[in-house]
Parts: sequence; C-alpha cells; structure tokens
Amino acid sequence: MTRETRLSPMQLPQVTEPRNPGMELDMGWVRRAQANSSAIERRVATLPGRRSVKKDHQAAWLLRAITCIDLTTLAGDDTTERVRRLCAKGRHPVRADLLQALGFDRLSVAAICVYHDMVAPAVAALTGSGIPVAAVSTGFPAGLSPFHLRVAEIGESVQAGANEIDIVISRRHVLSGDWQALYDEMRAFRAACGEAHVKAILATGELGTLRNVARASLVCMMAGADFIKTSTGKESVNATLPVSLVMIRAIREYHERTGYRVGYKPAGGISKAKDALVYLSLIKEELGDRWLRPDLFRFGASSLLGDIERQLEHHVTGAYSAAHRHALG
Amino acid sequence: MTVKEKFETMDYGPAPESDTEAQAWLESFERKFGHFIDGAFTAPGPAFDSRNPATGALLAEVTQARQEDVYAAVKAARRAQGKWAALGGPGRARHLYALARLLQKHARLFSVLETLDTGKPIREARDIDIPLVQRHFYYHAGMAQLMEDSLPDVEPLGVCGQIIPWNFPLLMLAWKVAPALAMGNTVVLKPAEYTPLTALLFAEITRQAGLPKGVVNIVTGDGTVGEMVVKADVDKIAFTGSTAVGRRIREVTAGSGKALTLELGGKSPYIVFDDADLDSAVEGLVDAIWFNQGQVCCAGSRLLVQESVAEDFHARLRRRMDRLRIGDPLDKCIDVGAVVDPVQLARITEMVEGNTAGERHVAGISVPTSGCFYPPTLISGLGPADSLMQEEIFGPVLVSCTFRTPDEAVALANNTRYGLAATLWSENINLALDIAPKLAAGVVWINATNLFDAAAPFGGVRESGFGREGGWEGLTAYTRPKDTRKQLKQRAAPQRNEVATTVIDRTAKLYIGGKQARPDNGHSLPVRDPAGRLLGHVGQGSRKDVRNAVEAARGASAWARTTGHLRAQILYYMAENLSARAMEFAARIDAMTGGRKGAQEVEFCLDRLFTAAAWADKVDGRTAGVPIRGVALAMKEPVGVIGAICPDEAPLLGLMSLMAPAIAMGNRVVLAASEAHPLAATDFYQVIDTSDVPAGVVNILTGRHADLAPTLAAHLDVDAVWSFSSTDLSAEIERASAGNLKRTWVNDGFATDWASLKMRCILNHATEDRTIWIPYGA
Repeated sequence: MTRETRLSPMQLPQVTEPRNPGMELDMGWVRRAQANSSAIERRVATLPGRRSVKKDHQAAWLLRAITCIDLTTLAGDDTTERVRRLCAKGRHPVRADLLQALGFDRLSVAAICVYHDMVAPAVAALTGSGIPVAAVSTGFPAGLSPFHLRVAEIGESVQAGANEIDIVISRRHVLSGDWQALYDEMRAFRAACGEAHVKAILATGELGTLRNVARASLVCMMAGADFIKTSTGKESVNATLPVSLVMIRAIREYHERTGYRVGYKPAGGISKAKDALVYLSLIKEELGDRWLRPDLFRFGASSLLGDIERQLEHHVTGAYSAAHRHALG
Repeated sequence: MTVKEKFETMDYGPAPESDTEAQAWLESFERKFGHFIDGAFTAPGPAFDSRNPATGALLAEVTQARQEDVYAAVKAARRAQGKWAALGGPGRARHLYALARLLQKHARLFSVLETLDTGKPIREARDIDIPLVQRHFYYHAGMAQLMEDSLPDVEPLGVCGQIIPWNFPLLMLAWKVAPALAMGNTVVLKPAEYTPLTALLFAEITRQAGLPKGVVNIVTGDGTVGEMVVKADVDKIAFTGSTAVGRRIREVTAGSGKALTLELGGKSPYIVFDDADLDSAVEGLVDAIWFNQGQVCCAGSRLLVQESVAEDFHARLRRRMDRLRIGDPLDKCIDVGAVVDPVQLARITEMVEGNTAGERHVAGISVPTSGCFYPPTLISGLGPADSLMQEEIFGPVLVSCTFRTPDEAVALANNTRYGLAATLWSENINLALDIAPKLAAGVVWINATNLFDAAAPFGGVRESGFGREGGWEGLTAYTRPKDTRKQLKQRAAPQRNEVATTVIDRTAKLYIGGKQARPDNGHSLPVRDPAGRLLGHVGQGSRKDVRNAVEAARGASAWARTTGHLRAQILYYMAENLSARAMEFAARIDAMTGGRKGAQEVEFCLDRLFTAAAWADKVDGRTAGVPIRGVALAMKEPVGVIGAICPDEAPLLGLMSLMAPAIAMGNRVVLAASEAHPLAATDFYQVIDTSDVPAGVVNILTGRHADLAPTLAAHLDVDAVWSFSSTDLSAEIERASAGNLKRTWVNDGFATDWASLKMRCILNHATEDRTIWIPYGA
C-alpha cells in the first residue's frame, strides 16, 4: 500500500487512504450485481424529504461542497488566460468577507480539471496553492482514439504535472458485455497513471441500464480505479441521483469486501446548491461520513460554485444574493 | 458550535417543523373538544386526554361519548341520508371535490397535527398520509360523478358506522368517509381515542366545504363508544383495527343484517430471493417495518430470506439499521418517531423481552430517553414455531427466517392465520409472477412495499378481514344491489300421508369427493310433497359429513388453477347433461313443490349454467390506474372453499345459482341441499358424475340445515359461508364465522328472487380481490 504525502491546504486532507490496488476480475461478483430501477428511483426521490440541513449546518455543508469541487473547464475555446482565471477562482472560491463571516480564513476547491493542453498553464497558475490539477484523458470524451495514443496521453499529462487523470472507459466493452476487455483497459490506464490518481469515467448516460452501471463500477474498481465518476459532462444525460446510488452502493460493497475505499465523482448537471446538499446527504447515508471529504468525493462542476456563493451570502446577510456580486471563474 | 466545527463533523443538525399553527388551532378550541354532530360541535363533556407521545405533553381534552351522543349522531346521519343520496352523484362529487381542495389547502396544518397526535415523523405525515388523503377524496369525487352512469344497479346502504385506528388517523378516515359519501351514504365515525384530533379538524373542514349537516358525524371516545356505534341503528359497520376487536364486532353484528367490512391485523411476509437487488430490498424494509414505527397493519414484519444470500443480506440490513435516525417526530430529518402511547410501548417491550429465540440486533443509534420511543430491532434466526413469527408485534421489530426454495418460501409465507399483504423481491420476472398469486394476501408488492393508492383495492383475506377499500372494488362495501326484499315464508312441515310408491327405491346418499357416501350417523330423513306423500329419503348429514366434505373440497384445490376455459367447458357439459334430463328434473321439482313451474325452473337452471360458463373466462380483473411507473393488477381470485346452504324457494335453481358461479370462478363448494326439497339436488349427482367435474369440486350434503350450518360456519378451513336457508340461521352462522373471520353472505330471513338475481352480484361473492403491484423500469 502506498500513502500519498503530497502537501495539501489545511482544509484538504487530500489523500489519507491507502490506494486501491485493484484485484483479479471476479466475474461471479460482477454478474451477480443487480439494480432495480424503480426501487432505486424511489430511494433517491424520497431522500430529500428524509434529510434536511438548515441554517449554520447548511452553510457548513455548502462550504464542504466547495472543497469537494473539481472546478472544471473543458471547452474547445479554452486558453491559457481562461485557465489562469479559473485557477484564481479555485484558490479563492468564496469572497473573503463572506468567508470571514463564516469563521474561515481560507478555503479552496478540490482540484482544477482541464484538457491536456491546459495542464501546464494550470499547474503554473496553481503553484504554491496545493491544489492538484486533474486532466481528462484517453481520448476524452468518446475514448475512441487509438489505444496506444490513449495510454500515451495519460503519460503526457502526468509528465505535464497532472496529479489526477480522469480517463474515459470504452462504453462498447460494457455494451458488448466484454468485461475482461474493460478490466484490461482500466488496468492499463491505471498503470500509465503511476503515482497520479485515476478517476474512471463510466459515461453512465451511454451504458443503457443501471445494472450495467453497477457492473462497470465493479470492474473498474477491480482494475484499480481510485475514483469512479459518472460522466464526461458531454453525454446527453450526466450525473443523476439513481446512477449515483448505484455507483456508491458498488463502492460500499467493494470496500466491505476488500477494505479499500474508492472515491466517487458525480459530474455534469449539478448546478444548484440544493442539489449539492442532496448529493452530500446521499453519500452520508449510503457510504458514511468518511466519504464526505475531497479525497473520496468530488463534484465535477462548473456552475455549481456560483450558486453556492449566492446561498452563502444569503446565509450571512439574510438577503438573497445576485450573481454579479461574486467573482467569475 | 461554529460553522467550522459543523464543517468538520458534517452532522445534520436540527430541522424542526413549526407546530405554531397546529397549537393555535387547538387553542382556538381552548384545547377542549366536543363531538361533531349534525354539523356542529357539541359542548365538551367528560373528557379524556389526547397527548403527544413524543413528549407526553397534553394536546387537548376530548369528550368521551355517551349513549345519547351516539344516538344523536346516528339520528342526524339518518335524517341527512335521504337528501344526500337524492342530491345525486354529480352533486355529491362537488362536495367531495371541495373537501379534497380544503384538505390540500390545509395540508401543513393536518400534517403537523397528525404528527403531534400520533408521534409519526413529519416526513411521513407530510409526504405520505396527507397526500394520500387528498388523493382519496379526489378519486372518490370522481366515483360520485360516475356512480349513476357506471353503477346503475346499486344504491347506498344508508348510515355507516365507521371505527378507525390510531396508526393512520386521517388516512383511515379518508378511506372510510370518501367512498361512503361518494355512494350516497352518511356516516358516524369514531376515531381512535389516542388520535382523535385530525378527525375533529376534518369535521371543521366539512363545515367550510358546506357539507350538509348530518352527512359526517364524529363521536369520540374509547372502545366502549365503538361498541355503541356497532350496536346502533346503522346499516353498515366498517372497522379497521385489531383482529380481536374485529372478531368481536363480527359476533355482535351477527344476524343484524348490517353490512360489515373488516380490515384487521397481519404478519405480512417480506420475501427476498437470491437474485434480488439486495440493497434495494434492504431499503424496502425501511419502508416496510420502520415506516410509522412498524405500527402498520400491512407492515412487512416477517422477513424470509433465501439461505444462499441470508448472511450477506442480514449484514447489509444491520448496517442500514445503524443509520436510521430516531427522535423528535417534528424534525424533518427523522426516520423513526414515537410509538403512539405508553401502553403500546409497554406491549412491544413485553413481547420482545418475552422472546428468547434467535439473535437480537438493536439499531446502534441513540434513542431519546424520554417519550415513547422504541429502537428499530431485528430478531433473526427464528423459525415458524417461534411465537414472534406468528404474533403481530405492531412495533418497529422485524423477525426473520430463511428458506431454501421458492416452494418453501410460499409455504413459510402462508403459514399464518393472517393474509393482508406480502412483499417479494426478485429480478426474475418468471419467479416473481409465479410466486405473487400463490401468496395468501389481499395485496402483493413486487420489488416494492407499502405502496398505496385510491385506485388500488386494499384489504385482506383469512383473519386479516374482508372487504376492500379503494378502486371500483371498494365501492361494493358502500352499496347494495337495488331490490325490494320480501320476508321469507316459513314452510309448514307437510302432514304425513302414507301412500305406497310403486317405483324401485332410490335413496340417494351424500355426495362427497365425487362419490356417494352414506351419512356418518346412518340416519335418513323422509322427503314429502306438500300433500304429505312420501317421495323418498335422503341421508341425514351431520358434523362428520361436513368435515369429510370440506376435506374433499380442500383436496380439490387444483381446480383453482385450472383455466377459465376448462371450467366453462365443464359447466356447458353440465348444462348439456341437465338439458337431456330436463323433463325428469321438472317433474321432480313439481312433485316436491306441488307446483307446475318445474320446467321453467330447469330452463332457468340451464341459463344459470350457461351464464356462469360464459363468465368463467371473462372475470378479468383490471389494471388499476395508480400513479407509478408500473402496473397494479386488481385480480379476481377464487375465495377458496365455500359452504352454501341452499334455499327452498327454488330447490334446483337456488343450488345452481350458488354452485355454478362459485365453481366457474375456481372455488370448491360444499352445498347443503334444500332441506324441504332435496331430491332435485340428489338427482343432480349423476349430472355431476357425467360432466367431468373433478372429485371434490362439488360436494352436496342433505339433512337438516340447523345441523349442518353451524359446523360449516365454524369450520376453520372454510373460506366463506353462504346461507339461504328457510331456517332462521343467519345470526348463528355469522356468529360462528368469527372463528376464522370467513366471509358470509346470508339471507337474514328475506326471500330471494332466484330467477332475477344478478349474476354480477353472485360473482362478487364468489371472488376475492387481490392487488399485485408491479413497478418496473429498465
């Protein structure tokens, strides 16, 4: 087992868990996985009614949510300057006066997430902040470029300074039921990452069924994923609560059987503070408090932060806030 | 604690719902309530306390009704009923719609008041109870609107006495009041003494809705008031509560002619097959047994897990239990609230402490030290012989046991006196749809639990009661066929008139299990025509013959699984064979009755057989329009073994009218032939013999109804008993039926016009409604 020793800001105990080394592909386990859609939907539909966080607790939870955000820009028109601005926002996600009113002196997001070409500018912009850079990789978002190039892309990004690599799996392996191929692919990606942590993007919106999501989650964890992540943000359906429930139940089972904690990252479509609270309570209920920290939980989001900032200002002042009162990213 | 500390702990913190408005409402009555009679609250009288079980705080003093209060309420309801019915369905629909709207407008007040009074979590009152209440009134506003058009042959019963429990006070009120009002009845409702407050708020709402005076009357008090309502001059009693009280009501109302529906206790199985989504099945248990602190008549309280996944499943379950939150019911972040009363808390504690079997797991969570709180508890490793596997605990206590095969799961599930609900989890549609109909339960949930809707009938079999609430099926509980009833004429026994007959003696025996059997006691009874001439002899059936016949009928249970097509073929075949001997049967009837309408009666019999055959494959049930992605099948199933005492008015047609629809629906029958004119029935043995009827499906006894009926009515393996005897047996039969709470259909001393009796009506008595909920989703 390896223990990461990278320096982190005070609020970010980035990595304190032994990394998931993976295991042999256990097809018996994979095949037994079940996911009853209606029951899963009922569970997530009733959760917001069962759990509610108010006042100071809510402010604390929203601050926690910020520390779990992978602040992301994945656009074709990204430039160095654009990424630099995003990194600055990542260092100071909340207006200083609000932060102070809430009793915090500093706070930062969990990571900055960019395409490969933007890794170097991001690393430069984040120097001294302790905020890691995550690179989407392996022919993101479709993952259909030549395999050797996808593996090589990981190496390039790590070399450029990315600490985390968000890979995309080959959806066709899931859809054709070729679990061994999925396992082998993931194993290769993990190996290419070296010390960098690997998040496996399942692109759940393209996997067809929740049962496939459950099985793909297990296979990726068996192959050594540090995190499993829902979506690229480019599919027509991205992170949803039912998909999240299936994935985190898989994480829980994996932890119970192997003792390793794998992280979870919902990405795409989470843009409201209220949604973030529901996600956090889902994690708390199904996985436990240990997962409510950035080393095991991330939001892949670009506009969520803005809504949280407005809610925090409302909490501090009692007046509803406006977007233009908070710095752009 | 600072925000920063909260940031570290990530606790939920308190999320209290305000009770200000509810307390203010109670204050507006100075926390003293009278009854609601004839559109007004009476002055508060001698009172009992209604307390918040979570805190023990006094909520209000509620008046204990006296006999004169119940009289006044029934009188007001009686006075109002004619006009209410005459208002017509569309007129009543507007009133029900107004009630639904007001329930919606005051939803928060109702929710909070319900939580204060019962101790149930505000989440449940707010998200489940009250929305279902609204839905019930909306749905039945629609039923009122459609009544004249869709149910032209029925009329309201009159005044309905309704007694409801404390676990879902307003919801049970809605289930009782909405259909009753929709169908043109008026009601006298008694809420449970622990939880009368939302009923009183509802009373106030009826005034706002402009409901005519006397249509809804509410009297409060303990069980003695309930008993007064039961004995009052009402036309129907609808009761939801314990099996013990339901049995007592059955006995008290026996022979009164009051319609009765009972929704009683249960020990509902929750079956988990090895291919289930185990995490979802665990979560389902939270909704099954930790919903409303397990104080749910249909709670999935008996967990049956397939052996191959039992250890894994129980581990997941225990872990889930340890994440439940128990505490202040008004906190929006609470899963388990308070048990309704210290008496119930003591009862649960005593039952659990009295058990030494199995392994007990108590949720590893902090439980409030004051107030009526009982921790979620699992007792695993039990067997059917352990009393906690049989007795209803009515608290947040789950018991469990394992099974090996699907057949064993069914056997274990049905090893109970109850039959309210059942849950099963499997991802295999073949397995799920095979098992669901085999479970003795009025409601079956597949891969879900505790789903309710106004459109889906709810109710039990066996000692869980009879009658349905919800859907079209539920309306039969509040209507009766339109007809004018005539008193049954007592037939004077004919004078003896010994004239030697010239034909060869043909003394029929009893017909049991497809064979003729001599009566156990070896006695025969003479059969005479009205002039007193001896026509022949029949066996004098007695207790043991009833036993044998019921055994034969139970043994023929495969009949229930035959196809409707096959049953139709057999009924047609019977008609063919009867038709071939029509003249002989006509002559026999004429000889016995001294009339000349034998030929016509046989003709009617043929029509009955044809009609029953026609229906055999056409009583389809329906899919209920429930608001989920999935279907709720409202299926018609055979009742089981039906004992029927046949009438004298039409010796063959009466028997045929009961037998044909009963067996068409898959029931097996034990018929007691007309006591006065039994020979057409005994002649009919040969028709049965030649019509491919499997042995045991039809059993016919002869003899004195007074000898046969009590045994049949008390028999614990008979599912329903019908009586159209000329002997005054209705009261005795209904009293004896309380033993296993079998369904009854008796004549109460009235004659039946067998030629015009609607087949639909008979089919209703010959079928049981089973609702199977099947949510789906790829």
